Amino acid sequence: MKSRTIACTLIVLLTLCPGSFGQAPTAADLAALRAQIDALKADYDRRIQALETQFQALQGQAQPAQPPQVPPTQAPAPAGGQQPPAVEVPPGAQGAGGPGGSLPVYGGATAGSKVFNPDIAVIGDFLGAAGSNKVNPDPALEMHESEAAFQAIVDPYARADFFFSFGEQGVTLEEGYLTFPAIPGGLLVRVGKMRAAFGKVNTLHNHVLPWTDRPIVTNNLVGGEDGIDDAGFSVARLIPNKWIFLEATGQVFRGDSNDLFRSSKRGDLSYVGHLRGYQDITDNTNIDLGLSFSRGHNASGIVDDIDVGNFRTTLYGADATVRWRPLQRSIYHSFVGRSEVVWSRRAQPNGMQRALGYYVSGDYQFGRRWFVGGRYDWSKRADNASLLDKGESAVLTYWPSEFSQVRGQYRRTQYAIGPIANELLMQFQFSIGAHGAHPF
Amino acid sequence: MKIKICLAILAALLISSLPARAQGKLNVIATTEDLAAIAREVGGDHITVDSIAKGYQDPHFVEAKPSFILKLQRADILVLVGRDLEIGWLPPLIQQSRNSKVQVGADGYLDASLQARILEVPQGQITRAEGDVHPLGNPHYWLDPENGKIVAREIFDRLVRFRPNDRAYFEQRLNDFVNRLNDEEKRWVAMMAPYKGTKVVTYHRSFPNFSERFGLDIVGYVEPKPGIPPTPQHTLDLINDMKRQNVKLVLVEPYFDLKTPNSIGRATGAEVMVMPPSVGGVKEVTDYFKLFDYDLNLLINAIKKTRTSN
Repeated sequence: MKSRTIACTLIVLLTLCPGSFGQAPTAADLAALRAQIDALKADYDRRIQALETQFQALQGQAQPAQPPQVPPTQAPAPAGGQQPPAVEVPPGAQGAGGPGGSLPVYGGATAGSKVFNPDIAVIGDFLGAAGSNKVNPDPALEMHESEAAFQAIVDPYARADFFFSFGEQGVTLEEGYLTFPAIPGGLLVRVGKMRAAFGKVNTLHNHVLPWTDRPIVTNNLVGGEDGIDDAGFSVARLIPNKWIFLEATGQVFRGDSNDLFRSSKRGDLSYVGHLRGYQDITDNTNIDLGLSFSRGHNASGIVDDIDVGNFRTTLYGADATVRWRPLQRSIYHSFVGRSEVVWSRRAQPNGMQRALGYYVSGDYQFGRRWFVGGRYDWSKRADNASLLDKGESAVLTYWPSEFSQVRGQYRRTQYAIGPIANELLMQFQFSIGAHGAHPF
Repeated sequence: MKIKICLAILAALLISSLPARAQGKLNVIATTEDLAAIAREVGGDHITVDSIAKGYQDPHFVEAKPSFILKLQRADILVLVGRDLEIGWLPPLIQQSRNSKVQVGADGYLDASLQARILEVPQGQITRAEGDVHPLGNPHYWLDPENGKIVAREIFDRLVRFRPNDRAYFEQRLNDFVNRLNDEEKRWVAMMAPYKGTKVVTYHRSFPNFSERFGLDIVGYVEPKPGIPPTPQHTLDLINDMKRQNVKLVLVEPYFDLKTPNSIGRATGAEVMVMPPSVGGVKEVTDYFKLFDYDLNLLINAIKKTRTSN
């Protein structure tokens, strides 16, 4: 209001002034005018000073004065025993007790930001094949898979694991899931894309298999190399009892797992259930048993993306593993014997196909770096149970270190149709980056 | 219909009774028998203590057996060696334990190495060209009684956090343990004083803290690099080095094969002795005190033997 008054006075003065220039001003007029201007100037200065003081006072109220420089760990002692008024300081703000100095530039390459990077590892799987296989030939030389793993704790409640599988042609998300390890009720909950808990081999990544390939029963009945690997939820719980380790797992997936399950609408979910029993027989020997079930829509009734036939595949599985590892010489000798049986019931336009398949394998470690093993395969085909494939393999593995291995496998396969395949398969596997957990 | 039955069975299994949590005694699970022995000293009969790895097995290569998941599921406190010793097997056990108390960062998760004196922390760039090197330092730190006291105090703090009412009991036991260890340590150091500077070769890098405390001079390793099995060339080089430096002792952990150490012993005239780095490594070593008693007596007898044979 005061500034407006001053402005009006100025305008009036300026308006009046030109009129006075019409007459010759006398010396007395000029002196009077100068005195008036000086008086006005002094008045303006006084008022501007007053305004500035008011403005500073208002600023002071809106923004508290800078706190005195004290070490961040020392809380200032209240004077006279009086508690200062509690002022809530937002986390991260100055005075909130967080780290001092300049804030990190997010996205910038600051050294501190790497602390929270996930554990990163890359595992290379190079395969070579020689001999004859006219039915299902592998390339002579192939960088079969480069698996990149990113794993970290997300927050106090969850951890995340990502496994990207880079082939020579493209990349797929093999697994990417969030795990809640401590949900009330003793549940272990997973959300994301994951290998389903159907049997043993389906849960294992290529680099932890004791062979260069997967058993025929996996390829014929359980979805091939990728197996049942889909997006969904998993809930696992330990069943308390006095005798053995018993774990039940229930999983619900979208319903897309390679050739095994195909979902054409949202309701076409697939399900997996697994019951695992484990018992130490001695300190050196243990037995691991499992029962599995899976069900989902198959692709045989889908025409133009519509599931006309509404056909389903149901899988039943049983697995048994016996392990022996003398504790005192655990790095030199071990034996793992394993078998899985899978029964597939696949509804399709030409009727129900009931196919059985299994494998039996044994792997013996006879030195710190040396393993020898064998596997027998027997499996009918899911879409034509009258066709039977059989195979035998002998495997020799050498570990230069914990982080690399060289493997040779002789494989003889008797396909239902076509000549017998005799092949020599070779594998180099190597791991760089973070030290992963040893498979069990 | 069958799906529904299966789902119902599964749901019934999942919803079945919650695991009974033992109230009363605090349940401590240690990854090794050494940590279990120290926890037992501090906790006395107010806690139950169990361990995962046996003292005679290689603690780097323990299998993540489901039976260990059950142990962790019931644990109130998990005490681990840390420094990546258990990196190959403990994380999946913790993750599958369904026990929020022992998850990383929780109150029941105790990395015993955090205050201990850690040796051989790699400096500068490290790669696996140096073998299975521990980037956070050598994890065999419990083989120094001074570190044993530090670990005991850490365990005491954690026990008190869970059972504040038992503070006086735990404190009395901690003080008693530390006092006894102080006395014994003086005796052990005095026992070893005449043999200070004795040159030895060890199989793996398990004894740096032990050597520092009791004055041994480790001049080489049977392993060419940590976690890498002996190679002929390295063994030859080691034999030549031992002859040059007149090394007469080869210390081998109970879980390593004796074939190469014995051939080194034959070539150099050195005494090859199996020396347990852990409680439970041999039957006689049943607690933390007996570990040092056993190892030092074994060592002194072997040194005497090599000196008389020379």
